[in-house]
Order: sequence, then structure tokens, then C-alpha cells
Amino acid sequence: MARSSPLRRLGFGLFCSIIVVLCLFPFYWAMVSSLKSGTEIFATDLWPKALTFQNYGTILQDASFGRSFLNSTLVALSTVGMALLLSITASFALARIPFRGRKRILLAILSVTMFPQVAVLSGMFELVRFFGLYNHCSALILSYMTITVPFTAWTLTNFMREIPKELEEAAIIDGASYLTILVKIFLPILSPALVTTGLLAFIAAWNEFLFALTFTLTNQARTVPVAISLLSGASQHELPWGNIMAASVLVTLPLVVLVVIFQRRIISGLTVGAVKG
Amino acid sequence: MSWSREKTAWAFVAPCLFVLLSVAAWPLLRTIFLSFTDAQLEHMSGAKFIYWENFKALFSDKDWKQSVYNTLLFAACSVPCETLLGLFVALALHKPFKGRGLLRAAVLVPWAIPTIVSARMWGWMLHDVYGILNELLVRVGILSAPLPWTASPELSFWTIVMVDVWKTTPFMALLLLAGLQSLPQDCFEAALVDGVSKKRIFFRITLPLLRPTLIVTLIFRTLEALRIFDLVYILSNGGPKTMTMSVYARRYLVDYANVGYGSAAAVCLSLIVALITILYINVGRHRILEER
Repeated sequence: MARSSPLRRLGFGLFCSIIVVLCLFPFYWAMVSSLKSGTEIFATDLWPKALTFQNYGTILQDASFGRSFLNSTLVALSTVGMALLLSITASFALARIPFRGRKRILLAILSVTMFPQVAVLSGMFELVRFFGLYNHCSALILSYMTITVPFTAWTLTNFMREIPKELEEAAIIDGASYLTILVKIFLPILSPALVTTGLLAFIAAWNEFLFALTFTLTNQARTVPVAISLLSGASQHELPWGNIMAASVLVTLPLVVLVVIFQRRIISGLTVGAVKG
Repeated sequence: MSWSREKTAWAFVAPCLFVLLSVAAWPLLRTIFLSFTDAQLEHMSGAKFIYWENFKALFSDKDWKQSVYNTLLFAACSVPCETLLGLFVALALHKPFKGRGLLRAAVLVPWAIPTIVSARMWGWMLHDVYGILNELLVRVGILSAPLPWTASPELSFWTIVMVDVWKTTPFMALLLLAGLQSLPQDCFEAALVDGVSKKRIFFRITLPLLRPTLIVTLIFRTLEALRIFDLVYILSNGGPKTMTMSVYARRYLVDYANVGYGSAAAVCLSLIVALITILYINVGRHRILEER
């Protein structure tokens, strides 16, 4: 950049601004629309004439929306907890212990992440019914294991591979067991990687739609994406856009905050599996 | 030592494997089995084995053919678009500058927003009467009259492609940028010292070195594009012009309660996905599981 002309720098700044605007405008527009009152939402002013939190009031007073917010949080957190717990030991073995069948397991895990969700839908429906979980949040936790466990196992395996070998070699010579090595040496070093992986799994679970739509029936068990998709007015053509935008902002805000705080970590988590895999 | 090592390894992997077998492999096998039966949603256990009937019916349904076509067209349009735009952005950003962190965070937002929510946000921006995009384009003079972005069956397919490109390009850019940053710098320096032109550097050095990254991201993106569901579910009116394979399969499986037939559609989608993966891996001759 040192030798570039002012004109080039200006062009580059412009280019970056366009990218930022393109990325953020829909979110900005949803926020602005949600703050407009009544009929003003139909005017395309870039800033509301009179700020009003009426739409947020409607959404927050709606008991079913609060319930689905709670459901989403609960489901996403439990999913992440279980997925991480299952993947820590597995990825340690896959990354650090040479054993027969390791490559095959890795390939199996990878192919599960690539599979279309619809492919397990009817089998999963059967399973959910068998355990009596239909229209219950646990059905979602169970089915989200299909998406999150392979992802967390794969990502953590890649993170663990990056840790230098010397660390555990000394411990192995000292006769420490693999479990000790994992708990005493790896877990402390891995905590940033665990946070990253957990965060990505959380976003995946928070945003999931197909299973949530299929395995829940009433507001009691719905998650926010499903609730938003079902928000409707008196007829198809009278969607309550103000409410929808308010709900959209509410469900996105936690994610935007997470992204801004953890952007570096998120990128390292996304690339450890995809680029270097 | 080696025997106990193997045992420990399997003990470590076992819980994870057990869960994967029961929530991924088992349901998949059941889906394949159910695709050969006349199972209905309300009484799945009393299903009769009807051999290839579901598949025969599926292959003669023109809505299914249309949704296969739509899905492939969607993948063929959105993935190259996202990759090229993403590569372009990644190349532009491949140097340190002020405000890079801010840009990176902004670029992550479309990716982090739930697909359902972004579909709703775009649905509102593209509203045929009150949408801001129509308003802007008409005011600037690009359009002479507002377009029915989501209401017209022909146009809504392209609207879905557009929203998908919006959602995924930034993400592609970040992955490719990470790939660019991991390339060895010395060949670039050597080329610059030798006075090789920038264009030549790009085609002779950057692109070949970036190939593994490009292929992996292409595979992942293509597979994701082939199973697209959320965007279509919200942004289209459910007509055959925008139906994708996932939407078709779920509609028969759940809405029409025809589990056998829906499973057959899901199995076909999986086969297509598997086929394309194998094709990609062979063409790219890239071994994903290569030990480092």
C-alpha cells in the first residue's frame, strides 16, 4: 500500500465501503423498518420519522415468541454441550493416537457433514416418535446431533493436529496415560479452540430450520426461526412486516454481537476444517 | 503398549461413533428402507414392501424432474458466481489495511444471520409494492416499473439465487482469503524480483497454489447448494418453477404424509449428491484426508 497513488487508495476505500454496505444494508433496513410505526413502514424513508418500539412491544408481549426464544436458547446450548463432550475424546484419538480404522472414521465423519438433511428425515421422524419426543424440544436436540457432532469432531480434530507433537511425547515417556494427557495437557491449550468450535455449532443449531419445522407442532416447542417463518396476518397478503422485522432483529442481534466480538476466532474455526483439511 | 493404545483409542472414539451411528447412519438406512415401502406418516410400522414402485412413480412425475432441474440449475448458477466474486474480493483484501477487522466482521454478518431471517429481510426489501429495492431502482431509472421479485414464478428463482449469492459470497471470500494467506510468500517475491507481470503471477502461481483450497470450498458449497431448503421455503410461493429436491421430498414426506414416496425422493437427492462429490474429487484429484 505504501507506493499506491491517492486515487487507487480512494478506489480501494470505495470498494470496501460498497462491500460493507451490501453486507449490512438488509440488516439495517430490517432495523429501520421495525422502528417505524403503523403505516409509515410502507414509505421508503431511510430513517423513521418517529421512532417507535411498538413492534418490539407486540413481539415481546407475545408469550409464544418468548417461549420460542427460550426454546432456541435451550436447544442450541444443550446441543453444543453434548456435541463438544462427545467430540473431545473422539477428536483427541483421531488426531493424536495412531490406530487402525482412524482414516475410515474420519472419512465417515466428513461424509456425514456433507449429507443432505432430508436424507435422514423419515428415519429421524421414526426415531423421534419411538422415543416419544415429537413436538418436544428434546427431539430437536436429538436431531441436531446429526448436524453438530460430525462438525465439532472434524473441526476439533483439525485443531488438535496443529498442536506440536513434542508436548505429549515427554508425557508419554513419563508413562502418563492418554486420558491424563488429554485432560492435563490438551484441554488447557485447547480452550480457545473449544470456544470457537462451540460458537460455530451454536450458530448452526440456532439457525437450523428443517428439523425444527418438521419435529414441532405447537408454539410450546417451536424455535425462533420456525416462529418467524410462521408469523402471518389475516391473509397471505397482509403479513405483519413490522413485527416480522422486529422479531428478525431480535433473533439476529445476539449473533451479530457474537460475530463482532469473536470474528477472528470464527474465521480460524471455519478455515481450520475447510482450507487446511 | 500398542494393544492398549488401540483399545484406548477405540474407547475414546466409541461414544461419538455410537451417537453418529444412531442419529445419522441408522436414520439414513431406515430412509433407504422406507423408500421401498408404502409407509404413511400415521402408521409407519404397518408399511408394505412395494419394491421400485415409489421410484417408478417419482421418475414419471414431471414436478420431480422440474425440481431436479431447478436444483442443478441453482447450484450451477450460484456456486460459480459466489466463487468468482469471492475470489475477486479475497484478492482485493489480501493486503493489510486500516479497518480490516471491521470489514471482516461486516462480511460475517450475512453468513451469521439465520437463513430464515435473511429470507424474510429480503422478502421485505423485494416486496413488489412497498419494497425499497423496487423504489430505488425505479427512482434511479434502471427499472421503468416495479418488478414482482418474489411473486412471479420465473423471477423468484433468480431472486433466490441472488439472495444466496448475497449470503454466501462474503463467506467464500473469507475462506479464500485464508487460503491466500497460507500460501508460501517466497515464490511471489521471487516472481516480483524477476519482473513477472501481475496477471502472469495470478494465473501461473496464485491460482495453481490455491487450487486445493478452491476445490475443497467448491465441493462444500456445491453440496450445500444442492440441499437448499430454507430460502426456497420462505421466498417462493411453492410453485414448481422454484421447487428444489429438498423442498419436494419434504413436501411429500410431511405435508402429504407419504413417507415412502418422500423417502424415495430423499434417496435420489443423496445419490446425486454422492455422485457429484465423487466426480469433484476425481476431477480435482485432491485427497481431502491427506495426512500433513
